[in-house]
Amino acid sequence: MDLDDTPEQVAYRAEVRGWIEQHKSEAPVLTGPGALQDEGEIIAARRAWQGKLAEGGLAGVTWPKEYGGQGLGPIERAISTQEIARAKVPGILDAIGVGMLGPTIIAHGAEEQKSRYLGAMLHGDEVWCQLFSEPAAGSDLAAVQARARLQDDGSWRLSGQKVWTTNAQFASYGLLLARTDIDAHKHKGLTMFIVPMDAEGVTVRGLRQISGEAEFNEVFFDDVALDADAVVGGVGNGWGTALTTLMYERVTIGLGSEGLGYNSTRFAAAIAGDEHARRDPEVRHQLGEITSELLAVRFTGYRTLTALQKGQIPGPEAGLAKVTIVNGAIKAGELIADVLGPDVLAEDSEWAYMISFLPGLKSAGGTEEILRNTIGERVLGLPPEPRLDKGIPFSELRSKEAAAV
Amino acid sequence: MNLSLSDEQVFLREAARGALSRFKTFEAAREALDGGDESALPDLWPTAKEAGWPGLLIDEAHGGAGLDAFDAMLVLGECGRVLASVPLLGHLPASAILNDSPNAAAFLPEVSSGERRAAYLPSQPPDDLSGRWSTDPAGGLQRGALPTAGAPDEDGRVPLNGSFAFVPDAPWAVGMVGVALQNDKPVGVAVLSDSPGVEVQPVRRYDATRSLGHVSFTNSPAVLLDAPEESLAAAWHLAQALIAAESLGSVETALEVSVAYAKERHTFGRAIGSYQAVKHSLTEVLRQLENGRSLLYYAGWARGGAPEEFPLAASAARSVAGRALDNAARTMISVHGGIGATWEHDAPLYFRRAQLSRRLLGGTAGATDRVAGELIGQAAAA
Repeated sequence: MDLDDTPEQVAYRAEVRGWIEQHKSEAPVLTGPGALQDEGEIIAARRAWQGKLAEGGLAGVTWPKEYGGQGLGPIERAISTQEIARAKVPGILDAIGVGMLGPTIIAHGAEEQKSRYLGAMLHGDEVWCQLFSEPAAGSDLAAVQARARLQDDGSWRLSGQKVWTTNAQFASYGLLLARTDIDAHKHKGLTMFIVPMDAEGVTVRGLRQISGEAEFNEVFFDDVALDADAVVGGVGNGWGTALTTLMYERVTIGLGSEGLGYNSTRFAAAIAGDEHARRDPEVRHQLGEITSELLAVRFTGYRTLTALQKGQIPGPEAGLAKVTIVNGAIKAGELIADVLGPDVLAEDSEWAYMISFLPGLKSAGGTEEILRNTIGERVLGLPPEPRLDKGIPFSELRSKEAAAV
Repeated sequence: MNLSLSDEQVFLREAARGALSRFKTFEAAREALDGGDESALPDLWPTAKEAGWPGLLIDEAHGGAGLDAFDAMLVLGECGRVLASVPLLGHLPASAILNDSPNAAAFLPEVSSGERRAAYLPSQPPDDLSGRWSTDPAGGLQRGALPTAGAPDEDGRVPLNGSFAFVPDAPWAVGMVGVALQNDKPVGVAVLSDSPGVEVQPVRRYDATRSLGHVSFTNSPAVLLDAPEESLAAAWHLAQALIAAESLGSVETALEVSVAYAKERHTFGRAIGSYQAVKHSLTEVLRQLENGRSLLYYAGWARGGAPEEFPLAASAARSVAGRALDNAARTMISVHGGIGATWEHDAPLYFRRAQLSRRLLGGTAGATDRVAGELIGQAAAA
């Protein structure tokens, strides 16, 4: 058991640190004095910066070399992420594409798809979005209704709605889970598609949240034409392909807690500045409970990394880290607001932003309830709830649901 | 970076599990509770000696195994799994101070072999608010003062005056090791239990598997140890990490038993574990257990790898583990329903373990406060 770098990792860290030192001045400034203000300028600058990071080998660290990656392991990726954070420069813009969708295409895509899309994705030339969730398919993702119909010439026509789509407003492509066979069982009749976001019939609408900002979108598809080669991983195999993406999503969330900024150091600093609060036993008790759990998650992340490095696939228990982070941050927001008072709720306050963001985050990447179900069943081996959707065609599910009420 | 067990550590853990499995520890715990005395409990010290546990933290040059805190935590975890009363919580922190005291080298082989069992006198280092060393009080929130050590006599012994309350494993220990104030400065002290003026009053509270003692010294001749002050402070944090590991071991088996029951017990035609209310409460036990395990890795690494973080790591582990054990015991009772709250079941043994453990060695609440104090201190320094 060891938390220190091996000699090879020391060398890699030095190399990464050296590259960042050399190119730091080219990084876009997003906060503080001189920060970019215009949304369009910010995106353009961050895309260009992602291209630089890719050239320097700091994007797609774990991607195979043949697709422009470095072919290194998860620990090297963690080292490059740590060094980027340490230098206080932005990371890549398209974390969803490079972290989750690219690896899915690498695992399931055709060679032509890999050579066409991966390079442009990695360098930020084409940003991607994940088109999975729908208004009526979130925790129960296999219930998606967006419908792709096969045409006589082998092409497809797509109609339906997706939601909670990060980056859709400037994405070039989306990876979309659609139903292609309504007479098959719900998990069997799904297919994954690559959708050009500028296609005729695609409408993106910002979805404003509690903070007032629109970080997500809803995306509408009205009879959108897709070529036959838009299918990823084969017709009817959409669920298996989606599971690959979700596995990468779990890893991203499990290792990304520090990136969200919900960490013990930041929360303690907010309290430490108040002379009275830092001596108050009740405040200290709450702070101690919150921060000890958040500290634990940092080391859970290192355990996940160790498992990845040994070639093991992290199980759904990595999802427990998300539960700890979100609930810890919610309690921290409560405590900080109690201590610092209504000013915390000023619209431009970092804490108001966090407080507004967390209720939605509780459901992101799987609601807390579905995560606890999955972990209870897959990790503890508890029996599943009886379900009504087993072994029947998707087309009959609605009437069965209605009858069960 | 590698946060996994080595082959040697897996072997150490499996060997401990095997050695302890030879004893009916749960039956003994209930019998001790029934009979009102600890004679019903198996004497596990010979087993500990045979396995080499007393010398885990002592250098090989002095007869020990030369292992680190994480290895000791693995053994304590196994003790916790079966609620075994192996007096390591007292012995190991004491052995760590002795190991760091060049002038105690002569004692080490016998401490290491377990021929001489030592008990640690819980001595809490200053935190960000108090600025002074303290001892656990016999009751109330006001912490006690360390004993004082006077001027050395012609043999170099110092007279020790003062007391410690609720000292783990103090009864029948051959010697005791802790901290005293000499001219207002903290110094390590070692006292033989049969020395003049030493009184050890055995105490049992609620959990029959836990041997405790109130210890007092009246002009008792003590050896001044030359361990550095950091080592005296680290012993307190080591004790926190050890009781955390022991607690999490108990959480493991409490969860295993609860999950097994939730799979076999049926209501309304379904196994109760299929209901979300039951499933989610068991998942909560797992969440706390996993958080605690991660912090044991942190504490195990920090003691040697980042000593300045050891107080934070050990306190966080203790804080999470204490709450985890309480919740695991309560969930165990709830999942089992009425039977879980009866004398017939093992659940009350876990519950009793949880209630007492959380109040020893400065308490879980004290550890939680130190987590805040350490982080506030870091923030102020940044």
